[in-house]
This record gives sequence, structure tokens and C-alpha cells, in this order.
Amino acid sequence: MKTGKGARAGQYLALLAYLVFLAFPFLWLISTAFKPARELGSLHPTWIPKDPTLANLRQAFDEQPLLDAALNSLVAAVGAALIAVLIATPMAYVMARHRTRLAKAATGWVVVSQAFPFVLLIIPLFLVLKNLRLINSVPGLIMVYVVWALPFALWMLVGYVRAVPAELEEAAAVDGAGKARTLVSITAPLLAPGIVATALFAFISAWNEFFFALVLLKTPEKQTLPVVLTHFLGAEGAADLGPLAAAAFLATLPSMVVFAIIQKRITGGMLAGAVKS
Amino acid sequence: MRRRSLVVLAVVLGLVISGCTSDDSGSEDGRITLRFQSLAWQQESVDANKELVKEWNATHPGVKVEYVQGTWESVHDQLLTSFEGGEAPDIIHDASDDLADFAYGGYLADLTDLVPERLKSDIPQRSWETATFGEGIYGVPFLQEPRVLIANATWLQESGVRIPTPERPWNWSEFREITDELSDGDGKYGVAWPLKEPVSATLNLSLSTGGQLFHRGADGKVKIRFGEADEVVPETIHDQVNTDGSASSSTLGSSGSDTLPGFFGGRYAMVPLGFSYRQQIVQQAPKGFDWQVLPAPAGADGLAQGVSPQTLSIAEDSPNKEQAAEFIDFLLRPENMVRLALGDWMLPTGTEALKDPALHTTEHDWATGTALAAHLRSAPAQSVRGYPEWKDKIATPALQEYYSGAIDLDELRGRLVEDGNLVLKRYQR
Repeated sequence: MKTGKGARAGQYLALLAYLVFLAFPFLWLISTAFKPARELGSLHPTWIPKDPTLANLRQAFDEQPLLDAALNSLVAAVGAALIAVLIATPMAYVMARHRTRLAKAATGWVVVSQAFPFVLLIIPLFLVLKNLRLINSVPGLIMVYVVWALPFALWMLVGYVRAVPAELEEAAAVDGAGKARTLVSITAPLLAPGIVATALFAFISAWNEFFFALVLLKTPEKQTLPVVLTHFLGAEGAADLGPLAAAAFLATLPSMVVFAIIQKRITGGMLAGAVKS
Repeated sequence: MRRRSLVVLAVVLGLVISGCTSDDSGSEDGRITLRFQSLAWQQESVDANKELVKEWNATHPGVKVEYVQGTWESVHDQLLTSFEGGEAPDIIHDASDDLADFAYGGYLADLTDLVPERLKSDIPQRSWETATFGEGIYGVPFLQEPRVLIANATWLQESGVRIPTPERPWNWSEFREITDELSDGDGKYGVAWPLKEPVSATLNLSLSTGGQLFHRGADGKVKIRFGEADEVVPETIHDQVNTDGSASSSTLGSSGSDTLPGFFGGRYAMVPLGFSYRQQIVQQAPKGFDWQVLPAPAGADGLAQGVSPQTLSIAEDSPNKEQAAEFIDFLLRPENMVRLALGDWMLPTGTEALKDPALHTTEHDWATGTALAAHLRSAPAQSVRGYPEWKDKIATPALQEYYSGAIDLDELRGRLVEDGNLVLKRYQR
């Protein structure tokens, strides 16, 4: 069916509106990051700063250890993403391929576990980590992030494994490939986009996480970026807006870069084999 | 090849983990180490706190204080978890309206016998009351700020209205008339009330008219009553917005910072804000913008106003309470209290510190705020158990609806009192 010109224009307009809606907060953040304090109090704010300045960036770096915090965040997020994927992938394979009662119960439990608010978990988690002497340590935080990301990662990966036709594995077996060979040569490449997407999810949720890091890390040199960003906030909504925007802008860059690099692979992988060519 | 990749991955993970393990150290060389969690966030204030810690450490070789940077964001939950986990800092910076649960829960040390006499007598009783729960004192109140009217000085002078002073403030009806006079009915308003959090603003200002709202009976139980004295402030705000059109309705859901662009842009003649907002105004006001600090309107009880001062507490689990109290005493010596106050653009509670010339200058209207210090009282209800739930579930939506004109005064009264007493009852069984 051919789409009319008017309908196509409407679609593009809707797409543009959606893009503006999504991009608005980020563009505003960039604009604020480069505005001097007096422009931040203007009744008629402009998108492009009239008198752009790097003072907010300088102040943000002068006042807070942003680079150290970013490194801590990176270690925590990469560590959590890798471990979560390493644990979740074989589990997801078993749950997807062996539809036993246990697998069904496990899937149900995974969904139910998402319903627990983190406030309910934080004190028991704190006590467990204290007994393991992992309070105020990035590995302790990684452990929490892995536990936190695992149910959803598992749930995501089960879906990806199910999307890989079991017939392909059977065909490989018929051709004489062993189980390990089949997993490595047939299943793993097809599952790669799903693994990357799951790792990305775990990375971004750990990179942005605030409350666990606030509670579990005590010394300034171990704090992660979201916690350090709150040092620009005062009581009752008061904020040092310029430096906060500058630091927040920098904090969004790594996840954007990671996503930009791998998003093509994700969509490409997901669509591969979707249609006969 | 693949196996080697897996081994490399495992080694990298192992290195990452082993490289970051905790090195939580206790006391060094037999010295006592105290952890002081500060919520200072403005650079001047952080610097003042860190300098004081440095000075203490230089003069007290036996007791080392570690500065821990906390944050106002989620401080209650963070402290609660630390208390439960037995990992709370020894010295805790917070605000008096956040202490009730911790004090009643046994997490904080009773400071009655720990605080030295000098500090006890330096801080007035009305300030100590803000951190007194039951029979004990659970925090040393040290910084506070009145709510003041930040005014566009040029606008007020040109209008010819009487400029109020702490000695001769406006009363509430005069304030309403003046805001009406300052408005032009065409986008310029006499006042903009930033009431994102309407409960504390309403209750604290209502002390000036004798409003108490929470009344403790002989049995120790608290009941809510909403009498004539409680009505003055909410009625004034309601009428300014809905009857006179002298207050902007668009700022009712805003924070103080959100109203500043309109204030600088000449849309509002006055904005009621905390005294410390002057710093933001100094930073953001356009060049040549002339502003001044005016006292909030007075009522039957004069300029009385509720405040929840910033406090310093000691964790009940701290093994070194006496040393922690000594550090608090050092931190709150009059000259040090002044440094902390100037860093935060707030007022000290100590009577000696309040005499400091730096707090009596006309620059940035420090003198006007300092003149109000004697009128500041404990915020109503901050020691009432169940207040946070009443505030969030009952009072905040009820006041927001009343101020926007969605409900009338009778409906407001019914919700605050009847629904409110049901909430309090659950906490007072």
C-alpha cells in the first residue's frame, strides 16, 4: 500500500515532534552548562547562551572530584555489566531451552522480584555487605548492581534465546557438531546482539544508579558520579545550577558514546535473518 | 583462542575487584578517629567546614576528625541505613525537622550531659527546643534562617509604599493591601509565593499570628485544631491569588529558585524566600538590579516565625561520644559559628556569634536578617510523630488545592483536622 504525501509529511512531523520531546532536556542541559549565572536567572532564556562560558565546567571540576568519580562509576558499571551477562547468559539458555516446571517457576520469580522496591532491600543488603566487609568498596557496589540487574537481564536474555530457532542447533547436531561447538559456533553469534543489549542495559542502570552508591560508599574518593553530582544540590531544592548542569552534561556523555557505538550492531543483529533475501 | 579470551576476561575482572577492595581503617596509632558527615554544599561553606576540621586536627593530635561529604538528597534514608547497619558517622549534620524518628528510635545520643555549659548557655532555649524530643536533646542547633521578603527595591520606592523594618513590619492585612497596590492586573504582581512545599511555609509563618495547629494535651497526645489564628496566613495567600490577583497563581507549585527569573524580570515586586537565597540572588541578579530584604509580615505574636535549624548530633553507637561533643564544641565556638554562618549565608543560633559585626552590615542586608533572629521559634509539629505522613498525604495536597482556589476554607479545615487527626491517632496509640 502506498502512503500518500500528506500522510508521509504527517509521519515526519510526528517523528520530529517526538525527537524534539526526547532531545529537549538534553539540549537544555547543554545550553545551561555554558550559560553564566546571570543568564540562568533571565526571564527570557535563550537556547544559545548570549555570553557562553566555560566557568561552570571549571567550577564543577574545581569543586568536585569528577574524574575520580567517573572512573569509579565506569569500573562499577563495566564490572556489573560483564558479570551480569556472564551469569545471566547460561541461565537464560537453560531456562529458554528446557521448559521444565523449575524454569517456569524461576521465570515467575524473576518477574516477581522486580516488584520489590529497593528501599525494602537496602538495609538487608547493607548488613550482608557489612558481614562480607564490602561496605565502602566498589566491588561491594558491583555485587549489588549485579544482583539488581540480574533478574531483568535474565528476562531479556531468555527472550533473545527463544528467538534463536532450536532447529539451527538441531541441524548442527545432525551435521556432527557437539553441544559445546553448537553453542559457540551457532548460538553465540546469533545471541550476540541480545547479549550486547543486555550488557548495555546493565551498564546504563549501574552508571546512573544513585541510592545504593550513596548508602554503601562512605569515603569521597570512592563515590560514583551520581552521588558527586548531588553535592551541587542544597536543601529544599536549592541548586548550584550552572556547575550542576555542566557536570551532568559530562556524566551523560559516556553512556551516549557507548550506545552510539553499539546501537547499530544491536539493531543490525536483531534484524538479521528476519526476512528471506 | 576463545579459552584464552575467557582467561583474560577473568583476570581483568579479578584485578578490577581486587584493586578496589575496601581499606576501611579504624584508629591509627592508638589515636581516636571520628567521622564527621557534613551536608555543606556551597563552596564557601564546604571550605569553612574543611578548614575547621583541619584546625582541629592540627591542635588535637589524639583525636583525628575525618571529614565525610554527605548530601541533603536522601539524607534521611542514607542515615537510617547507616544506623541500622551500625556504620553511622560519629558526628552527624542534619536539620532539626529530620531528627524526630532518629531520636525516638534510639539512634542518636542524648546530648543533655555531653554538651558543655558554655554551648548550652550560648544557644537560646527557644533554639534548643527545636532539637528536644521527649526529655532529651538530640542535636545542637547551630544555623537557621528566617523566611523573609526579597523585594525589588526600585519598584517599592517608586510606588511610595511604606518600607517595613524589623522594628516596624507590615501586618498581614497591610501586606495584602500593599501587594494589591503594587499589582497592575496585567502580568505584574505584588508577590509571588513559591509554594512547592506549602506546609512548612504556612505553618512557620502562622506562628506570627499565634497559629499552632498542633496542640499537646495533658496526656501528652497531640491533636490538630484549626482556629482563627491558623487561618490568617493561608487566607491571605488564598485571597491574594484568587480574589485580588495580586499574587501569581503560576508560582504556587514552584520552588524558590524557579521564581527568581520572574523577580529579576520585573514581574513580581516581592518573593518570600529563605534568608540564604541572597547568595543565589547576588550571583544571578542582572547588573544594576536593586533588591532588599524585608521582614515577613507580623501578626498578633509579632514577627515570630518557625524554623528548623541545621543541627549537629552524635550517633548513639559512637564509642567516642565525649570526644565528638568536644569537637562540636570547637566547631561551634562563636568565631567558628560565624564562619559557618557566613559560608551558608544563614544566621548562627549562638548569642555571642550573633553579635559579630560581620552579621550586622547593610551589605546583602545581613543586619535585617540578624534583627529577626530573636523571633525565631521551633517549627510547629516537627517533634510530632506522624507529622511527615500528615504533611505528605493530607496537608500538602489540601493546601495546594486551597491556594489554587479548588477548595474553600471549610474544606481545608475539614481535611487538615479530621483526616489529620486520624493519621496522628495511628502514631499515638
